[in-house]
Amino acid sequence: MAFVQNFPFISILLSLFAGPISSVLDKKWAKRLNLFVIVAIGIMSTAVLIFVLGSGQEYVYTMGHFPAPWGNEIRVGILEAAMALFFCVVMFLCVIGGVLERELEIEETKHNLYYIMVNLLLCSLLALIYTNDLFTAYVFVEINTISACGLIMIRQTGRTIEAATRYMIMSLLGSGLLLLGICFLYSLTGHLLMSNIKGQVALIQAAGAYQVPLLTAICLMSVGLAIKSALYPFHTWLPDAYGYSTLSSAAILSSLVSKGYIFLLVKIFYRVIGFDIIKESKVINVLFVFGIAGMIMGSVSAIRESDIQRMIAYSSVAQIGYIYMGFGLGTTAGIIASIYHILSHAATKSLLFIASSGITDASGKSNDFFDLTGSGYRNRLAGAAFTVGSLSMVGIPMFSGFISKLLFAQAALENRHKILIALLALAISTVLNTVYFLKTVIRIYTPEKREVVIDKGFQDVAIWEQSSKSIAMICLIALNLFLGLCSEPLVALIERGLEMFA
Amino acid sequence: MSRKIPDKEYEKTLSFRLKRWLDGTKDAFVDTVEMKEQEEFKEDDTVVINRTKERQQRMARVYDLANNLGISGFNKLYRIFCVCFCLFLVLMLLIAVSFLPAYGHPENPVNNEVAKRYIEDGLQETGSVNIVTGMILDYRAFDTLGESHVLFIATCTVLILLRKDRKKDEHGNNIDVSDRIYEPKNDVILQTAARVLVPPIIIFGIYVVLGGHLGPGGGFSGGAIIGAGLILYLNAFGFKKTERFFTGKTYKILSVCALGCYCLAKSYSFYTGANHIESIIPLGTPGAILSSGLILILNICVGIVVAGTMYTFYVMFRKGDY
Repeated sequence: MAFVQNFPFISILLSLFAGPISSVLDKKWAKRLNLFVIVAIGIMSTAVLIFVLGSGQEYVYTMGHFPAPWGNEIRVGILEAAMALFFCVVMFLCVIGGVLERELEIEETKHNLYYIMVNLLLCSLLALIYTNDLFTAYVFVEINTISACGLIMIRQTGRTIEAATRYMIMSLLGSGLLLLGICFLYSLTGHLLMSNIKGQVALIQAAGAYQVPLLTAICLMSVGLAIKSALYPFHTWLPDAYGYSTLSSAAILSSLVSKGYIFLLVKIFYRVIGFDIIKESKVINVLFVFGIAGMIMGSVSAIRESDIQRMIAYSSVAQIGYIYMGFGLGTTAGIIASIYHILSHAATKSLLFIASSGITDASGKSNDFFDLTGSGYRNRLAGAAFTVGSLSMVGIPMFSGFISKLLFAQAALENRHKILIALLALAISTVLNTVYFLKTVIRIYTPEKREVVIDKGFQDVAIWEQSSKSIAMICLIALNLFLGLCSEPLVALIERGLEMFA
Repeated sequence: MSRKIPDKEYEKTLSFRLKRWLDGTKDAFVDTVEMKEQEEFKEDDTVVINRTKERQQRMARVYDLANNLGISGFNKLYRIFCVCFCLFLVLMLLIAVSFLPAYGHPENPVNNEVAKRYIEDGLQETGSVNIVTGMILDYRAFDTLGESHVLFIATCTVLILLRKDRKKDEHGNNIDVSDRIYEPKNDVILQTAARVLVPPIIIFGIYVVLGGHLGPGGGFSGGAIIGAGLILYLNAFGFKKTERFFTGKTYKILSVCALGCYCLAKSYSFYTGANHIESIIPLGTPGAILSSGLILILNICVGIVVAGTMYTFYVMFRKGDY
């Protein structure tokens, strides 16, 4: 076994161990350790990705001395390694982008607790990506949920505590349903290992036995993970949680946490149940309907919102709707589009959050829509970054959002029954996106009168004044352009990864 | 080689204009694009007054909960819908359960080669007499590693939520009032009972932790017992006495050591296992206290984490400032 193959295991253990270590470090060293861990894992994931691309096949890594159905194992393929790398990049940028806000909003002695949360969140994301065992996935879903709660309430205001409570209740409901689903599957198949469950499920399906509990298990797991990733009717916790938490938390939560659950759902579809059985079970039709509803209702709510952070948060509801709509199409092309949208949404949403905090910094920390007038001139980089993010979300060519919308439209063409609804929803949602994003872009580039600016005490923010935020924004803009301009090799990569996945 | 160009020519270059735009000395649109002053938005005072009055009336109507038919109707419907939905869910799950394989039947899919190997070879392969301990700490140690970090991160979240940093005024007295001042001081019955009970409870907890691989017990249950003993002691004697040996710092150091030990021990066994290297840890004779490889150490680690977690929860919920 090549030494590179140990890297996924080392990355999981490294981030896991960095959590407890941070609790005895002071603020400065905890931050350094956190950044080091993220960078190291990013480098290791790159090495793994190169290795897997070179060897052309996935490999199994046994966690311990006992082979798979008895012990634990992790499974590494192209898609897993690419996801791990991407999550590390986005997380790094989110963490450095929010340094200034964290200084202001977190109590002095609680900084190291924040880095514990970030480290363990990264660990749980990696474990969700790599694991080949349903119960291991559940354990790390728990870690993910609790650390996300910590990330929300680290900024101690009444709003965030209420948001964290809501998040906790909804998220635990989702976890409970997921666990029930896993229990059902276990009693039907007698396995927790994904590949073995798939074999058993195929046998059950061929024999035509246990149809009701199998369908129930699929429903419970899909609904549980849909609740956790804020699919439309279950999204009520989302705007408060993203809108009021500290900047890096909001960026991490919107771009990574919900995506981890969605990736797990893809895994369940492909590796645990088998995509053909999922297609026959009609569960995807339900996801399709709620995805469409989310695409439209999320945008409508965003239009009615006058707080810019909450507006961006509601836009997440719409984007999650896109992803589930892609699942609902029931074709491999749909899944590829969804996975691409995971990437593009993660890159864009974190950019939007950081940029919006940049323009509110230039407007006296006010999130109110009307105070933002002319803020694009007061903080030029943030204004440009916000524009890039908005154009990407709306789906202008050259930016990442365009490619994912194109992929969704192409995927919709393959499905004869849903083509009309999917294309109509895409068109309506794009128009609605345009309404609220371009409205904001026009607002931040509408010159404000001198007197008003002086009267309200708005300060200009130069690029080098908030250097960490500027670096994060520039890198995220570059990432966005990269996703928008070099999509072809990426789509091919996702396609190969999915083939390996099944 | 770059050559110096005259200022006039330089002013025409793109880089100069970009720099000027970035500096904010010159706006790219001023003087080049025709701009119209926007008309100022004016409103009559009466309109404004009417609007605020209307809004107040509307709010009063909405928040008049006793007479607001819409809200009370919605609440009623909400309750009815909740009950219906729960009944539907219960019914659905009951129906689904009735289709599951019969409980305890030997032909069930659950009774397969996985369970068989755990039961038949568990003692030999892990050296642990208690098969459950062997399963959670050796076969599936990765899950338990995650699980113990769940406890740790739960404590951290409670610390984020409830810990108050001591703020002192100029005389060095605490400003924030913690529950310490309400402590029942020197309650004779409680103290006598605690004096008798706490040592056996903690010793029993330690026994349960150490005997986890020999019989019923293990880190999770033993740790809970030790934590209960600590909580009883705290209740009887107050924060001042417990802080002689257990403070927030102790908890941190203990949990870092325990989790670090767990991580390192398991990293070794994961690494050797995956790379097919023979592990040097002997399994010992099953039934002896020093046997079953790493399981004893891992049980102790888990026990420490669980006890610390329980105690910390209790301290935090009593507004103790750790």
